[in-house]
Amino acid sequence: MEKRVTFKGIWLPLLLVLPQLVVTAVFFFYPAGQAIWQSLFIPDPFGLSMKFVGLGNFEYLLSNSYYRASFVTTAVFSTLVTLVSMGVALYLAVLADRLIKGSGIYRTLLIWPYAVAPAVAGVLWLFMFNTRVGVVTWYLGLLGYDWNHVLNGNEAMGLVVVASAWGRISYNFLFFLAGLQAIPRSVIEAAAIDGARFWTRFRTIVWPLLSPTTFFLLVVNIVYAFFETFGVIHTITGGGPQQATTILVYKVYSDGFVGQDLGSSAAQSVILLFIVGLLTVVQFRFIERRVHY
Amino acid sequence: MATVSLDNIRKTFSKTEVIHGIDIDIADGEFIVIVGPSGCGKSTLLRMVAGLETVTSGEVRIGGQRVNEREPMDRDIAMVFQNYALYPHMSVFDNMAYGLKIAGRSKAEIAERVAEAAKLLQLEPYLKRRPRELSGGQRQRVAMGRAIVRKPSVFLFDEPLSNLDAKLRVQMRLEIKQLQRRLGVTALYVTHDQVEAMTLADRMIVMNDGRADQIGAPLEVYANPRTRFVAGFIGSPPMNFLDAGLVNEPASEAATLGIRPEHLQITTGEARTGGIVLYTEALGAETLVHVKLPDGAMVTVRQDSTAALPEEGSAVGLTWSDSDQVFF
Ligand SMILES: Nc1ncnc2c1ncn2[C@@H]1O[C@H](COP(=O)(O)OP(=O)(O)OP(=O)(O)O)[C@@H](O)[C@H]1O
Ligand SMILES: [Mg+2]
Repeated sequence: MEKRVTFKGIWLPLLLVLPQLVVTAVFFFYPAGQAIWQSLFIPDPFGLSMKFVGLGNFEYLLSNSYYRASFVTTAVFSTLVTLVSMGVALYLAVLADRLIKGSGIYRTLLIWPYAVAPAVAGVLWLFMFNTRVGVVTWYLGLLGYDWNHVLNGNEAMGLVVVASAWGRISYNFLFFLAGLQAIPRSVIEAAAIDGARFWTRFRTIVWPLLSPTTFFLLVVNIVYAFFETFGVIHTITGGGPQQATTILVYKVYSDGFVGQDLGSSAAQSVILLFIVGLLTVVQFRFIERRVHY
Repeated sequence: MATVSLDNIRKTFSKTEVIHGIDIDIADGEFIVIVGPSGCGKSTLLRMVAGLETVTSGEVRIGGQRVNEREPMDRDIAMVFQNYALYPHMSVFDNMAYGLKIAGRSKAEIAERVAEAAKLLQLEPYLKRRPRELSGGQRQRVAMGRAIVRKPSVFLFDEPLSNLDAKLRVQMRLEIKQLQRRLGVTALYVTHDQVEAMTLADRMIVMNDGRADQIGAPLEVYANPRTRFVAGFIGSPPMNFLDAGLVNEPASEAATLGIRPEHLQITTGEARTGGIVLYTEALGAETLVHVKLPDGAMVTVRQDSTAALPEEGSAVGLTWSDSDQVFF
């Protein structure tokens, strides 16, 4: 039985939620509404008037090969960012979980990257991989590898993936560590007595028991890769070379603010809005049901 | 089936020694209960036998083989934990089959052995359920089942009944004992409940602050407690302690005389000491009479409910026979 606080009138509760409602309205409903509205028009070349085109912007986008390519880029990018950041975080969390001494320091150090803003992280990685003066580039050169993400699309993708994933590892690490520590020690010990060695225990006990955490992080990380990596991409590659790193969010920016095609940009925002909505629904569905055990 | 030997076992956690050297040789098929108050090191001792804690010094032998360096899985043991430690995401069947699957047994053999254990423990209707869909007693049985399907040589129990209600505890206690007899497995059983210890043990280890104060058969420990701690811990209500000088006992140096409540008699004849009856507790079959001695010490007399009940506040004489008294 859940205890609920009940209010008599309507005014007090309304007053209490008002700040949240105002924030949501100003920073979400208003721009979202405007985006939807704008997505139905195209401006003339001088930006003096708007012409109503209905769903024309959407039709154009979906048949546009650049836009579809950006979809693929986004899929590749977000899959890689999610896998890398979650994989590394899980590995570190497993190590930290086994650590008894010095785990405090280890944890603190691992959390630091989370405090670095994406754009700053982007600049840091850019310096390390700078095609002329980057320290990593220099070492790669010694090994006989000619690093140039300014020209090579795959290298550019690799760099933005690493830079985006890096900032995310801390966050994932914290959740994984908490998830691991929530598994009763005795369950692991029982498995050890039952004959399971480390890897078997991980596969058959730890991983399944961790699955609610993993699922939660999966959704959160996809959302992150979709929307919050703008700063990293903007500072490192600017979407290039040849749009190799132009993910959907970046395209919204480059078409709208650089290309000045506001109608198309707005339509792209609406599509993204739809994707976030979908992800959120999926997440709530699964978390509420706790399907795993 | 195997013998277990502990040879001067010690355990140190970051410089603090918590087990101060324990020796015991356990015979094949023997039921040993480790009993003692909270924090005395019972679990630590058991976990060293299981291989879940390293042994700081001394030697653990199972079936005559030194096992100090062996992993838990290589010691041929099974353990039942206080919180059962069932795998929450697996069905009852899978919980019991887990160890066999890892050992690479055939599907048919696994099914047969799990079915056998399930029958023995009356778990057949629940094989498809998850642990959280079971009652505490059923979970306890699954934990037992998981231990027995692997047919280990040694069973280890760490307070397996402490999460059950009193009635179920008595029932499961009997079942555990029967099961152990039937399978003929050597068992080490940790509890802080002295009644459990008395009823289950072939021999018990009474632990006090990391030491084995006494090792022996329950009745022997009950009758001849070696230390005052053992005397006070085993038996309920506990043994009475009297100042030996007060009762004119010219005992050799010993300052304290111990006497069990059932060995004290209220007498109208010649008394060895006496006091004021503070209150009486009638429990049905027996009555406890609490008497305050002149020096302020409290003693408890346990008598048949048919015996005459003294008035509360009245003065009574107490007597006992020499053969029942113990000195500390
Ligand atoms: N991992 C550990 N690190 C440090 N000290 C420990 C550790 N495990 C146990 N101890 C200490 O060792 C002593 C014995 O603990 P143990 O768990 O064996 O007691 P116990 O007899 O099983 O008690 P209980 O009846 O409460 O379970 C305690 O003082 C405890 O604080
Ligand atoms: Mg314990």
